[in-house]
Amino acid sequence: MSKHELLIIDDEAQIRKLLEITLHTNDFKTKEAVDAKSGLIMAATCHPDLILLDIGLPDESGHVVLRKLREWYTKPIIILSAHSSEDDIVKALDNGANDYLVKPFRTGELLARIRSSLRTTTSEIQKEILKYNDLQIDLTNRIVKKNNDVVKLTSTEYNLLALFVKNEGRVLTHSYLLREVWGPGYLDQLQYLRVFIAQLRKKIETEPNHPEFILTESGVGYRFVIKEK
Amino acid sequence: MFFDIKPVLIAAILSAVLWNFFFIPPKFTFAIKNTEDILLFSMYFVVALVNAALTYKIRQYEKEESKREEKENTLKLYNTLLNSLSHELRTPISTIIGATDNLLAMADKLSELNKYELIHEISKSSLQLNRQVNNLLNMSRLESGFIKPKKDWVDTNELIYDVINQLKDTLQGKPVHVAIKENLPLFKLDYGLVSQVLYNLIHNAAIYIPKYAVITVRALSVADKVVLVVEDTGNGFPPKEINKVFDKFYRLENSGTGGTGLGLSIVKGFIEAMGGTIRLENMPEGGAVFTIEIPTQLSYVNVMKT
Repeated sequence: MSKHELLIIDDEAQIRKLLEITLHTNDFKTKEAVDAKSGLIMAATCHPDLILLDIGLPDESGHVVLRKLREWYTKPIIILSAHSSEDDIVKALDNGANDYLVKPFRTGELLARIRSSLRTTTSEIQKEILKYNDLQIDLTNRIVKKNNDVVKLTSTEYNLLALFVKNEGRVLTHSYLLREVWGPGYLDQLQYLRVFIAQLRKKIETEPNHPEFILTESGVGYRFVIKEK
Repeated sequence: MFFDIKPVLIAAILSAVLWNFFFIPPKFTFAIKNTEDILLFSMYFVVALVNAALTYKIRQYEKEESKREEKENTLKLYNTLLNSLSHELRTPISTIIGATDNLLAMADKLSELNKYELIHEISKSSLQLNRQVNNLLNMSRLESGFIKPKKDWVDTNELIYDVINQLKDTLQGKPVHVAIKENLPLFKLDYGLVSQVLYNLIHNAAIYIPKYAVITVRALSVADKVVLVVEDTGNGFPPKEINKVFDKFYRLENSGTGGTGLGLSIVKGFIEAMGGTIRLENMPEGGAVFTIEIPTQLSYVNVMKT
Protein backbone atom coordinates (compact mmCIF):
# COMPACT_ATOMS: atom_id res chain seq x y z
CA MET A 1 0.00 0.00 0.00
CA SER A 2 1.31 3.42 -0.89
CA LYS A 3 2.10 5.82 1.92
CA HIS A 4 -0.68 8.13 2.99
CA GLU A 5 0.03 11.80 2.54
CA LEU A 6 -1.14 14.16 5.27
CA LEU A 7 -1.44 17.93 5.15
CA ILE A 8 -0.60 19.80 8.36
CA ILE A 9 -2.11 23.28 8.66
CA ASP A 10 -0.67 24.89 11.78
CA ASP A 11 1.09 28.19 12.36
CA GLU A 12 3.28 26.94 15.22
CA ALA A 13 6.66 25.74 13.94
CA GLN A 14 7.20 23.59 17.06
CA ILE A 15 3.97 21.70 16.56
CA ARG A 16 4.67 21.21 12.86
CA LYS A 17 8.10 19.79 13.70
CA LEU A 18 6.63 17.45 16.29
CA LEU A 19 3.94 16.25 13.90
CA GLU A 20 6.39 15.84 11.06
CA ILE A 21 8.75 13.66 13.08
CA THR A 22 5.93 11.63 14.61
CA LEU A 23 4.25 11.04 11.27
CA HIS A 24 7.42 10.27 9.28
CA THR A 25 8.50 7.74 11.87
CA ASN A 26 5.14 6.08 11.42
CA ASP A 27 5.32 5.87 7.63
CA PHE A 28 3.22 8.83 6.64
CA LYS A 29 4.24 11.51 4.16
CA THR A 30 3.52 15.10 5.16
CA LYS A 31 2.97 18.50 3.56
CA GLU A 32 2.88 21.64 5.65
CA ALA A 33 1.05 24.94 5.53
CA VAL A 34 1.48 27.80 8.00
CA ASP A 35 -1.80 29.66 7.60
CA ALA A 36 -5.36 29.39 6.31
CA LYS A 37 -4.65 30.84 2.89
CA SER A 38 -1.74 28.58 1.99
CA GLY A 39 -3.51 25.64 3.64
CA LEU A 40 -6.52 25.97 1.36
CA ILE A 41 -4.29 26.28 -1.73
CA MET A 42 -2.22 23.26 -0.73
CA ALA A 43 -5.26 21.14 -0.02
CA ALA A 44 -6.54 21.94 -3.52
CA THR A 45 -3.24 21.27 -5.27
CA CYS A 46 -1.99 18.13 -3.54
CA HIS A 47 -5.21 16.35 -2.52
CA PRO A 48 -3.92 14.91 0.77
CA ASP A 49 -5.43 11.72 2.25
CA LEU A 50 -6.09 13.51 5.54
CA ILE A 51 -5.79 17.05 6.87
CA LEU A 52 -4.66 18.03 10.38
CA LEU A 53 -6.15 21.47 10.91
CA ASP A 54 -5.32 23.88 13.71
CA ILE A 55 -8.27 26.01 14.86
CA GLY A 56 -6.19 29.00 15.95
CA LEU A 57 -4.69 30.17 12.67
CA PRO A 58 -3.34 33.72 12.32
CA ASP A 59 -5.20 34.87 9.21
CA GLU A 60 -8.54 33.11 9.51
CA SER A 61 -10.28 30.87 12.03
CA GLY A 62 -9.88 27.15 11.50
CA HIS A 63 -13.68 26.91 11.64
CA VAL A 64 -13.88 28.98 8.45
CA VAL A 65 -11.16 26.91 6.79
CA LEU A 66 -13.04 23.76 7.77
CA ARG A 67 -16.24 25.05 6.15
CA LYS A 68 -14.41 26.05 2.97
CA LEU A 69 -12.64 22.69 2.77
CA ARG A 70 -15.86 20.79 3.28
CA GLU A 71 -17.34 22.42 0.16
CA TRP A 72 -15.28 20.01 -1.92
CA TYR A 73 -12.89 17.97 0.24
CA THR A 74 -14.41 14.63 1.30
CA LYS A 75 -11.49 12.92 3.02
CA PRO A 76 -10.93 13.04 6.81
CA ILE A 77 -10.13 16.27 8.62
CA ILE A 78 -8.85 16.12 12.21
CA ILE A 79 -9.01 19.30 14.25
CA LEU A 80 -6.16 20.34 16.52
CA SER A 81 -7.25 22.83 19.09
CA ALA A 82 -5.65 24.64 21.99
CA HIS A 83 -9.04 25.46 23.50
CA SER A 84 -10.63 22.59 25.28
CA SER A 85 -14.02 24.27 25.13
CA GLU A 86 -16.66 21.66 24.40
CA ASP A 87 -18.70 24.10 22.31
CA ASP A 88 -15.73 24.66 20.03
CA ILE A 89 -15.24 20.94 19.53
CA VAL A 90 -18.91 20.18 18.95
CA LYS A 91 -19.06 23.05 16.45
CA ALA A 92 -16.12 21.65 14.49
CA LEU A 93 -17.53 18.12 14.53
CA ASP A 94 -20.95 19.34 13.41
CA ASN A 95 -19.24 21.27 10.61
CA GLY A 96 -17.77 18.10 9.20
CA ALA A 97 -14.56 17.45 11.11
CA ASN A 98 -13.99 13.72 11.59
CA ASP A 99 -12.22 13.98 14.89
CA TYR A 100 -10.43 16.35 17.23
CA LEU A 101 -7.41 16.50 19.49
CA VAL A 102 -6.93 19.06 22.22
CA LYS A 103 -3.39 20.41 22.65
CA PRO A 104 -1.39 19.14 24.42
CA PHE A 105 -2.18 15.74 22.96
CA ARG A 106 -0.33 12.43 23.32
CA THR A 107 1.25 11.15 20.13
CA GLY A 108 -0.19 7.69 20.68
CA GLU A 109 -3.64 9.23 20.68
CA LEU A 110 -2.83 11.23 17.54
CA LEU A 111 -1.75 8.15 15.60
CA ALA A 112 -4.78 6.18 16.74
CA ARG A 113 -7.11 8.95 15.55
CA ILE A 114 -5.34 9.28 12.20
CA ARG A 115 -5.42 5.53 11.59
CA SER A 116 -9.04 5.12 12.50
CA SER A 117 -10.06 8.11 10.36
CA LEU A 118 -8.18 6.69 7.38
CA ARG A 119 -9.63 3.24 7.96
CA THR A 120 -13.24 4.42 7.97
CA THR A 121 -12.82 6.11 4.63
CA THR A 122 -10.65 3.58 2.80
CA SER A 123 -12.33 0.35 3.74
CA GLU A 124 -16.05 0.52 4.16
CA ILE A 125 -17.25 -2.33 6.31
CA GLN A 126 -17.49 -5.29 3.99
CA LYS A 127 -17.59 -8.20 6.32
CA GLU A 128 -21.04 -9.15 7.51
CA ILE A 129 -19.96 -10.61 10.80
CA LEU A 130 -17.67 -8.49 12.94
CA LYS A 131 -15.78 -10.00 15.82
CA TYR A 132 -14.21 -7.93 18.54
CA ASN A 133 -12.76 -10.15 21.22
CA ASP A 134 -15.81 -11.69 22.89
CA LEU A 135 -18.29 -9.48 21.05
CA GLN A 136 -19.77 -10.60 17.73
CA ILE A 137 -22.02 -8.46 15.57
CA ASP A 138 -23.83 -9.85 12.52
CA LEU A 139 -24.99 -6.76 10.64
CA THR A 140 -27.01 -8.57 7.95
CA ASN A 141 -29.02 -10.71 10.34
CA ARG A 142 -29.00 -8.17 13.16
CA ILE A 143 -27.63 -10.68 15.66
CA VAL A 144 -25.30 -9.68 18.49
CA LYS A 145 -23.44 -12.23 20.58
CA LYS A 146 -21.42 -11.78 23.75
CA ASN A 147 -19.28 -14.77 24.77
CA ASN A 148 -21.20 -16.74 22.11
CA ASP A 149 -24.53 -16.04 23.85
CA VAL A 150 -27.12 -14.13 21.87
CA VAL A 151 -27.73 -10.67 23.35
CA LYS A 152 -31.32 -9.48 23.11
CA LEU A 153 -31.35 -5.88 21.94
CA THR A 154 -34.36 -3.64 21.38
CA SER A 155 -34.46 -2.14 17.92
CA THR A 156 -33.32 1.26 19.22
CA GLU A 157 -30.41 -0.35 21.03
CA TYR A 158 -29.50 -2.25 17.88
CA ASN A 159 -29.71 0.88 15.69
CA LEU A 160 -27.48 2.73 18.11
CA LEU A 161 -24.94 -0.09 18.15
CA ALA A 162 -24.97 -0.43 14.35
CA LEU A 163 -24.37 3.31 13.99
CA PHE A 164 -21.42 3.05 16.37
CA VAL A 165 -19.97 0.09 14.51
CA LYS A 166 -20.23 1.84 11.15
CA ASN A 167 -18.36 4.81 12.63
CA GLU A 168 -15.83 2.81 14.59
CA GLY A 169 -13.08 4.93 16.15
CA ARG A 170 -14.90 8.15 15.38
CA VAL A 171 -16.37 10.50 17.94
CA LEU A 172 -20.12 10.98 17.42
CA THR A 173 -21.72 14.05 18.98
CA HIS A 174 -24.84 13.81 21.13
CA SER A 175 -26.90 15.66 18.55
CA TYR A 176 -25.64 13.44 15.70
CA LEU A 177 -26.58 10.27 17.59
CA LEU A 178 -30.00 11.64 18.56
CA ARG A 179 -30.72 12.72 14.98
CA GLU A 180 -29.62 9.45 13.39
CA VAL A 181 -31.27 7.07 15.86
CA TRP A 182 -34.33 8.97 17.14
CA GLY A 183 -34.87 11.61 14.46
CA PRO A 184 -34.45 15.36 13.99
CA GLY A 185 -37.17 16.14 16.53
CA TYR A 186 -35.16 14.64 19.37
CA LEU A 187 -32.01 16.78 19.28
CA ASP A 188 -32.52 18.12 22.80
CA GLN A 189 -33.53 14.79 24.34
CA LEU A 190 -30.14 13.84 25.72
CA GLN A 191 -31.87 11.89 28.49
CA TYR A 192 -32.91 9.17 26.01
CA LEU A 193 -29.35 8.80 24.78
CA ARG A 194 -28.01 8.55 28.35
CA VAL A 195 -30.52 5.81 29.17
CA PHE A 196 -29.85 3.76 26.04
CA ILE A 197 -26.08 4.08 26.37
CA ALA A 198 -26.32 2.72 29.91
CA GLN A 199 -28.53 -0.17 28.73
CA LEU A 200 -26.32 -0.99 25.77
CA ARG A 201 -23.22 -0.99 27.96
CA LYS A 202 -24.88 -3.39 30.38
CA LYS A 203 -25.52 -5.77 27.49
CA ILE A 204 -22.28 -5.66 25.52
CA GLU A 205 -19.56 -4.56 27.93
CA THR A 206 -17.82 -7.00 30.25
CA GLU A 207 -17.57 -4.26 32.87
CA PRO A 208 -20.25 -1.66 32.06
CA ASN A 209 -18.65 0.87 34.42
CA HIS A 210 -15.25 0.52 32.78
CA PRO A 211 -16.36 0.26 29.15
CA GLU A 212 -13.91 -0.96 26.52
CA PHE A 213 -16.15 -0.38 23.48
CA ILE A 214 -18.42 2.62 24.08
CA LEU A 215 -16.32 5.45 25.48
CA THR A 216 -17.64 8.72 26.91
CA GLU A 217 -16.28 11.91 25.35
CA SER A 218 -16.92 14.39 28.14
CA GLY A 219 -19.51 16.97 27.11
CA VAL A 220 -19.16 16.06 23.43
CA GLY A 221 -20.51 12.60 22.67
CA TYR A 222 -19.48 8.96 22.45
CA ARG A 223 -16.87 6.95 20.60
CA PHE A 224 -16.97 3.26 19.72
CA VAL A 225 -13.47 1.81 19.77
CA ILE A 226 -11.88 -1.54 19.20
CA LYS A 227 -8.58 -2.06 20.89
CA GLU A 228 -6.31 -3.94 18.55
CA LYS A 229 -4.63 -6.80 20.30
CA MET B 1 -15.14 66.23 47.02
CA PHE B 2 -17.70 69.00 46.87
CA PHE B 3 -20.47 66.43 46.71
CA ASP B 4 -19.12 64.73 49.76
CA ILE B 5 -19.03 67.88 51.85
CA LYS B 6 -22.40 69.16 50.64
CA PRO B 7 -24.58 66.83 52.79
CA VAL B 8 -22.39 67.64 55.79
CA LEU B 9 -22.91 71.36 55.24
CA ILE B 10 -26.64 70.97 54.76
CA ALA B 11 -26.94 68.96 57.97
CA ALA B 12 -25.12 71.68 59.93
CA ILE B 13 -27.28 74.48 58.54
CA LEU B 14 -30.45 72.50 59.03
CA SER B 15 -29.73 71.62 62.64
CA ALA B 16 -28.88 75.27 63.43
CA VAL B 17 -32.07 76.47 61.80
CA LEU B 18 -34.15 73.87 63.64
CA TRP B 19 -32.54 74.82 66.90
CA ASN B 20 -33.47 78.38 66.18
CA PHE B 21 -37.04 77.36 65.34
CA PHE B 22 -37.67 75.34 68.48
CA PHE B 23 -35.53 76.87 71.20
CA ILE B 24 -34.71 80.53 70.46
CA PRO B 25 -37.52 82.82 71.55
CA PRO B 26 -39.88 83.64 70.06
CA LYS B 27 -40.30 79.91 69.73
CA PHE B 28 -41.72 78.29 66.58
CA THR B 29 -40.54 81.11 64.31
CA PHE B 30 -37.30 81.61 62.48
CA ALA B 31 -37.05 85.16 63.76
CA ILE B 32 -34.27 86.09 66.19
CA LYS B 33 -35.03 89.18 68.29
CA ASN B 34 -32.07 89.88 70.57
CA THR B 35 -28.35 90.03 69.83
CA GLU B 36 -27.44 87.48 72.50
CA ASP B 37 -29.54 84.95 70.68
CA ILE B 38 -27.93 85.86 67.39
CA LEU B 39 -24.55 85.16 68.97
CA LEU B 40 -25.83 81.89 70.41
CA PHE B 41 -27.27 80.93 67.08
CA SER B 42 -24.06 81.62 65.18
CA MET B 43 -22.06 79.78 67.84
CA TYR B 44 -24.30 76.77 67.51
CA PHE B 45 -23.93 76.94 63.76
CA VAL B 46 -20.14 77.06 64.02
CA VAL B 47 -20.06 74.10 66.41
CA ALA B 48 -22.31 72.08 64.11
CA LEU B 49 -20.12 72.99 61.17
CA VAL B 50 -16.88 72.04 62.91
CA ASN B 51 -18.45 68.82 64.05
CA ALA B 52 -19.62 68.03 60.54
CA ALA B 53 -16.28 68.91 58.99
CA LEU B 54 -14.46 66.66 61.47
CA THR B 55 -16.82 63.74 60.86
CA TYR B 56 -16.27 64.25 57.16
CA LYS B 57 -12.49 64.17 57.67
CA ILE B 58 -12.72 60.97 59.70
CA ARG B 59 -14.91 59.28 57.10
CA GLN B 60 -12.48 60.29 54.41
CA TYR B 61 -9.61 58.84 56.41
CA GLU B 62 -11.46 55.59 57.05
CA LYS B 63 -12.21 55.26 53.38
CA GLU B 64 -8.56 55.72 52.49
CA GLU B 65 -7.56 53.25 55.16
CA SER B 66 -9.85 50.53 53.86
CA LYS B 67 -8.70 51.21 50.31
CA ARG B 68 -5.11 50.82 51.45
CA GLU B 69 -5.95 47.62 53.29
CA GLU B 70 -7.65 46.25 50.21
CA LYS B 71 -4.61 47.11 48.16
CA GLU B 72 -2.38 45.42 50.71
CA ASN B 73 -4.53 42.29 50.62
CA THR B 74 -4.42 42.17 46.85
CA LEU B 75 -0.68 42.59 47.04
CA LYS B 76 -0.44 39.79 49.58
CA LEU B 77 -2.57 37.55 47.41
CA TYR B 78 -0.46 38.47 44.43
CA ASN B 79 2.71 37.63 46.33
CA THR B 80 1.32 34.29 47.45
CA LEU B 81 0.38 33.61 43.85
CA LEU B 82 3.85 34.54 42.66
CA ASN B 83 5.57 32.44 45.30
CA SER B 84 3.36 29.48 44.71
CA LEU B 85 3.53 29.80 40.95
CA SER B 86 7.19 30.45 40.62
CA HIS B 87 7.81 27.32 42.63
CA GLU B 88 5.21 25.06 41.12
CA LEU B 89 5.87 26.14 37.56
CA ARG B 90 9.61 26.54 37.78
CA THR B 91 10.24 23.10 39.24
CA PRO B 92 8.94 21.23 36.19
CA ILE B 93 10.40 23.82 33.81
CA SER B 94 13.83 23.49 35.44
CA THR B 95 13.59 19.75 35.15
CA ILE B 96 12.73 19.94 31.47
CA ILE B 97 15.46 22.46 30.66
CA GLY B 98 18.07 20.59 32.67
CA ALA B 99 17.18 17.21 31.26
CA THR B 100 17.10 18.41 27.66
CA ASP B 101 20.44 20.23 28.16
CA ASN B 102 21.97 16.96 29.27
CA LEU B 103 20.45 15.03 26.43
CA LEU B 104 21.60 17.57 23.86
CA ALA B 105 25.10 18.19 25.15
CA MET B 106 26.14 14.85 26.59
CA ALA B 107 24.20 12.32 24.61
CA ASP B 108 27.30 10.19 24.01
CA LYS B 109 28.33 10.15 27.67
CA LEU B 110 24.94 9.18 29.11
CA SER B 111 24.07 5.55 29.61
CA GLU B 112 20.88 4.24 28.02
CA LEU B 113 19.35 3.96 31.47
CA ASN B 114 20.18 7.59 32.30
CA LYS B 115 18.75 8.75 29.00
CA TYR B 116 15.58 6.87 29.66
CA GLU B 117 15.36 8.33 33.17
CA LEU B 118 15.84 11.87 31.90
CA ILE B 119 13.18 11.43 29.23
CA HIS B 120 10.87 9.99 31.84
CA GLU B 121 11.43 13.05 34.06
CA ILE B 122 10.69 15.38 31.14
CA SER B 123 7.47 13.54 30.52
CA LYS B 124 6.44 13.68 34.17
CA SER B 125 7.29 17.38 34.45
CA SER B 126 5.38 18.37 31.36
CA LEU B 127 2.26 16.59 32.58
CA GLN B 128 2.60 18.37 35.92
CA LEU B 129 3.03 21.68 34.11
CA ASN B 130 -0.06 20.98 32.08
CA ARG B 131 -2.09 20.31 35.22
CA GLN B 132 -0.95 23.55 36.84
CA VAL B 133 -1.75 25.58 33.75
CA ASN B 134 -5.21 24.00 33.61
CA ASN B 135 -5.77 24.96 37.25
CA LEU B 136 -4.71 28.52 36.55
CA LEU B 137 -6.93 28.75 33.49
CA ASN B 138 -9.89 27.45 35.49
CA MET B 139 -9.13 29.93 38.25
CA SER B 140 -9.02 32.85 35.86
CA ARG B 141 -12.23 31.66 34.20
CA LEU B 142 -13.81 31.78 37.66
CA GLU B 143 -12.33 35.16 38.53
CA SER B 144 -13.55 36.75 35.34
CA GLY B 145 -17.06 35.42 35.96
CA PHE B 146 -16.75 33.66 32.64
CA ILE B 147 -18.34 30.44 33.82
CA LYS B 148 -21.86 29.90 32.61
CA PRO B 149 -22.98 26.37 33.50
CA LYS B 150 -24.42 24.50 30.53
CA LYS B 151 -26.88 22.06 31.98
CA ASP B 152 -28.03 18.90 30.29
CA TRP B 153 -29.03 15.41 31.36
CA VAL B 154 -26.29 13.52 33.14
CA ASP B 155 -26.11 9.87 34.14
CA THR B 156 -24.32 10.23 37.48
CA ASN B 157 -23.05 6.66 37.40
CA GLU B 158 -21.45 7.24 34.01
CA LEU B 159 -19.93 10.54 35.12
CA ILE B 160 -18.38 9.16 38.30
CA TYR B 161 -16.80 6.20 36.53
CA ASP B 162 -15.64 8.46 33.70
CA VAL B 163 -13.72 10.55 36.25
CA ILE B 164 -12.30 7.46 37.94
CA ASN B 165 -11.14 6.11 34.56
CA GLN B 166 -9.46 9.45 33.81
CA LEU B 167 -7.60 9.21 37.13
CA LYS B 168 -6.35 5.67 36.52
CA ASP B 169 -2.68 6.74 36.44
CA THR B 170 -2.89 8.82 39.61
CA LEU B 171 -4.79 6.16 41.53
CA GLN B 172 -2.28 3.45 40.63
CA GLY B 173 -4.61 0.63 41.50
CA LYS B 174 -5.92 2.30 44.66
CA PRO B 175 -9.60 1.35 44.61
CA VAL B 176 -12.36 3.94 44.64
CA HIS B 177 -15.65 2.61 45.98
CA VAL B 178 -18.74 3.93 44.31
CA ALA B 179 -22.00 3.85 46.25
CA ILE B 180 -24.87 5.06 44.13
CA LYS B 181 -28.37 4.98 45.47
CA GLU B 182 -30.60 2.56 43.60
CA ASN B 183 -32.97 4.09 41.07
CA LEU B 184 -31.08 7.36 41.06
CA PRO B 185 -32.69 9.64 38.48
CA LEU B 186 -30.87 11.55 35.75
CA PHE B 187 -29.88 15.09 36.77
CA LYS B 188 -29.62 18.24 34.72
CA LEU B 189 -26.05 19.36 35.38
CA ASP B 190 -23.02 20.77 33.64
CA TYR B 191 -21.13 17.56 32.89
CA GLY B 192 -17.78 19.32 32.46
CA LEU B 193 -17.94 21.32 35.69
CA VAL B 194 -19.18 18.44 37.86
CA SER B 195 -16.57 16.06 36.50
CA GLN B 196 -13.83 18.66 37.10
CA VAL B 197 -15.06 19.01 40.70
CA LEU B 198 -14.98 15.25 41.32
CA TYR B 199 -11.66 14.99 39.50
CA ASN B 200 -10.03 17.54 41.82
CA LEU B 201 -11.51 15.98 44.98
CA ILE B 202 -10.55 12.39 44.10
CA HIS B 203 -7.16 13.52 42.80
CA ASN B 204 -6.48 15.30 46.10
CA ALA B 205 -7.54 12.29 48.12
CA ALA B 206 -5.44 9.94 46.01
CA ILE B 207 -2.34 12.08 46.52
CA TYR B 208 -2.63 13.02 50.17
CA ILE B 209 -4.13 10.05 51.99
CA PRO B 210 -1.99 7.16 53.24
CA LYS B 211 -1.66 3.97 51.21
CA TYR B 212 -4.05 1.89 53.30
CA ALA B 213 -6.87 4.46 53.14
CA VAL B 214 -9.96 3.99 51.02
CA ILE B 215 -11.81 6.54 48.87
CA THR B 216 -15.59 6.36 48.53
CA VAL B 217 -17.80 8.37 46.20
CA ARG B 218 -21.52 8.48 46.91
CA ALA B 219 -24.40 9.88 44.91
CA LEU B 220 -27.98 10.36 46.06
CA SER B 221 -30.86 12.70 45.50
CA VAL B 222 -32.56 14.64 48.27
CA ALA B 223 -35.67 16.59 47.24
CA ASP B 224 -34.66 18.62 44.19
CA LYS B 225 -30.95 18.36 44.88
CA VAL B 226 -28.22 16.00 43.84
CA VAL B 227 -25.88 15.13 46.69
CA LEU B 228 -22.38 13.98 45.88
CA VAL B 229 -20.04 12.82 48.63
CA VAL B 230 -16.33 12.16 48.39
CA GLU B 231 -14.93 10.62 51.56
CA ASP B 232 -11.77 8.88 52.59
CA THR B 233 -10.44 6.97 55.55
CA GLY B 234 -7.21 8.94 55.74
CA ASN B 235 -6.17 11.25 58.55
CA GLY B 236 -8.68 14.02 57.88
CA PHE B 237 -7.85 17.73 57.96
CA PRO B 238 -6.32 19.57 60.93
CA PRO B 239 -9.37 21.11 62.69
CA LYS B 240 -7.58 24.47 62.90
CA GLU B 241 -7.25 24.67 59.13
CA ILE B 242 -10.49 23.07 58.03
CA ASN B 243 -12.18 26.41 57.36
CA LYS B 244 -9.39 27.69 55.21
CA VAL B 245 -8.94 24.84 52.76
CA PHE B 246 -11.28 26.38 50.17
CA ASP B 247 -9.40 29.69 50.24
CA LYS B 248 -7.45 30.58 47.18
CA PHE B 249 -3.78 29.58 47.39
CA TYR B 250 -4.28 28.11 50.85
CA ARG B 251 -2.21 25.01 51.42
CA LEU B 252 -2.08 22.94 54.56
CA GLU B 253 1.01 23.36 56.64
CA ASN B 254 3.46 20.54 55.85
CA SER B 255 1.65 19.59 52.66
CA GLY B 256 4.81 19.18 50.63
CA THR B 257 5.24 20.10 46.99
CA GLY B 258 3.12 19.54 43.95
CA GLY B 259 0.17 21.85 44.48
CA THR B 260 -0.76 25.47 44.02
CA GLY B 261 -3.55 25.59 46.58
CA LEU B 262 -5.99 26.16 43.75
CA GLY B 263 -7.67 22.76 43.45
CA LEU B 264 -10.21 23.11 46.25
CA SER B 265 -10.97 26.77 45.60
CA ILE B 266 -11.76 25.83 42.00
CA VAL B 267 -14.02 23.09 43.32
CA LYS B 268 -15.87 25.60 45.49
CA GLY B 269 -16.05 28.17 42.70
CA PHE B 270 -17.47 25.69 40.18
CA ILE B 271 -20.08 24.42 42.62
CA GLU B 272 -21.16 27.93 43.53
CA ALA B 273 -21.38 28.78 39.83
CA MET B 274 -23.99 26.01 39.64
CA GLY B 275 -25.83 27.39 42.66
CA GLY B 276 -24.64 24.61 44.95
CA THR B 277 -22.75 24.29 48.21
CA ILE B 278 -19.82 22.24 49.50
CA ARG B 279 -18.77 21.48 53.04
CA LEU B 280 -15.89 19.62 54.55
CA GLU B 281 -16.00 17.67 57.80
CA ASN B 282 -13.77 15.21 59.57
CA MET B 283 -15.35 11.89 60.40
CA PRO B 284 -15.27 10.99 64.10
CA GLU B 285 -13.32 7.83 63.26
CA GLY B 286 -10.86 9.77 61.08
CA GLY B 287 -10.90 10.69 57.42
CA ALA B 288 -12.45 13.59 55.55
CA VAL B 289 -15.91 13.98 53.99
CA PHE B 290 -16.67 16.48 51.25
CA THR B 291 -20.42 16.89 50.78
CA ILE B 292 -21.70 18.65 47.67
CA GLU B 293 -25.29 19.69 47.14
CA ILE B 294 -26.48 21.12 43.85
CA PRO B 295 -30.08 22.10 43.10
CA THR B 296 -31.18 20.49 39.85
CA GLN B 297 -33.99 19.06 37.76
CA LEU B 298 -34.57 15.31 37.88
CA SER B 299 -35.74 12.82 35.28
CA TYR B 300 -36.82 9.29 36.11
CA VAL B 301 -36.85 8.21 32.46
CA ASN B 302 -33.90 5.90 33.19
CA VAL B 303 -35.71 4.08 35.98
CA MET B 304 -39.02 3.71 34.16
CA LYS B 305 -37.40 1.97 31.20
CA THR B 306 -36.29 -1.53 32.07
